[in-house]
Amino acid sequence: MINLYPGTPEEILKPVKTGFVVFTLVAAFLTNLLPWSGWGLLVRPDFVVLVLLYWCIDQPRKIGFAIPWFLGLLMDVADGRLLGEHALAYTIVAYAGIVLHRRVQRFSITPQVLHVVPLLLLNDVIVLLIRLLAGYGFPGYWYFMGSVVGALLWPALSYLLKLPQRPRLDPDHG
Amino acid sequence: MAHTPEPFFNTGPSPFVRLLFFALLSLAILILDARFRQLEAVRQVVSVVLFPLQRIAAAPVSLFERVSEFFVSHGELRAENARLVHDHGKSAILTHKNQALEAENAHLRKMLQAREQRKEPLTLAQVLYTGRDPFSQRIIIDKGTQHEVQNGQPVIDAAGVVGQVTRAYPLLAEVTLISDKGHLVPVLNVRSGLRSVLVGTGQHGALEMQFVQQNADVQKGDQLVTSGIDGVYAPGLPVAEVVSIETNPASTFSRVICRPLGGVGNHTRLFVVRGSEAMPPRPAEDAEKGARSRRGRKGG
Repeated sequence: MINLYPGTPEEILKPVKTGFVVFTLVAAFLTNLLPWSGWGLLVRPDFVVLVLLYWCIDQPRKIGFAIPWFLGLLMDVADGRLLGEHALAYTIVAYAGIVLHRRVQRFSITPQVLHVVPLLLLNDVIVLLIRLLAGYGFPGYWYFMGSVVGALLWPALSYLLKLPQRPRLDPDHG
Repeated sequence: MAHTPEPFFNTGPSPFVRLLFFALLSLAILILDARFRQLEAVRQVVSVVLFPLQRIAAAPVSLFERVSEFFVSHGELRAENARLVHDHGKSAILTHKNQALEAENAHLRKMLQAREQRKEPLTLAQVLYTGRDPFSQRIIIDKGTQHEVQNGQPVIDAAGVVGQVTRAYPLLAEVTLISDKGHLVPVLNVRSGLRSVLVGTGQHGALEMQFVQQNADVQKGDQLVTSGIDGVYAPGLPVAEVVSIETNPASTFSRVICRPLGGVGNHTRLFVVRGSEAMPPRPAEDAEKGARSRRGRKGG
């Protein structure tokens, strides 16, 4: 199970496979590309930044900056936005994740969510600033909704993404 | 002490330096794209690479639609068939009338030596997805330059104007809806013949008619059609209906809110009007003035 109490001994996990990291990022990208509409669109978190942030905190040496930047660029083209908008936001969020990873890793899941909320909001704010500078209007406060929903998905996400790392229970030493 | 030992593990440049590099790269791209529109070629190439991914992502929803279409009840199909037969009968009569009118119109135009109205070919397109960008009202359709869809072509549905192609990729195109903030459509009031400009408000289902004098002849329920003045939209396409008129004694103009007739936001199939008429160029000094105060231009 998830280590809910800091101070209790941590479980020993298997190393992460690079293939799995790539798979989750592609899956997150595809989830973003789903034809969301109506309420779904309002509460839809940015899955790519969520998964990126997870890996930046969990495996800071695996992600680096080129991957977030490139994924951001792809997202910009897919959404028909200004080129570089998401690229910049993802890169900065990845940096924040890498810098904060030791701190965030020490916390249990609930305080981790509290760390993730501002990081996801940072992503929104960067995009918002770029758009305001480019002359677009403020879209309304529901614009930040996706990030809050995304942070609430964090416990489920970190459970799911850790699954392949958990060692199988040994029936002899159960 | 001047010599610092080599680090045990060579980790390359520090994270901050790498962040700075990628941030500056992003900013450079942003400025090139937003200010100078220099990166359309990059966009085109990446969009072709992304196209299969977008198709895969759209597949579950279209599969669900197809499956739910398959399980339509007999009664629903009969009701729909009856409605279609009824509509077909009505439109057949209208078509006959229209043919007669068209012939008469062509004759009159010939007599007046006016330019003949051209018939524009239509391309049927499917909406791949609707605006994920909260800052603008746009949709992506599944037809692009490969299907002769070009920038600037109007997009309509059965009920009226929906938007305009703003960025054509090889295999898909981005359509800016008429409800997008600042999007202009020159219109004509069918009842009173008043010319005006409809401006998108950035919200679904709300357009604003600009520069309507307090004493102008506009009533609730008036139908607005394209005037064809700008040469983008063919004349006579239905656009919107006047919903409310607010007059404010402090201002010269009244605030006229209209509802778009085309299903802006709830359609899956649209038509792109290919090959709109080329207009003669605007006189030079007028064009300069127009460029300086584009928003202030009255009547298109």
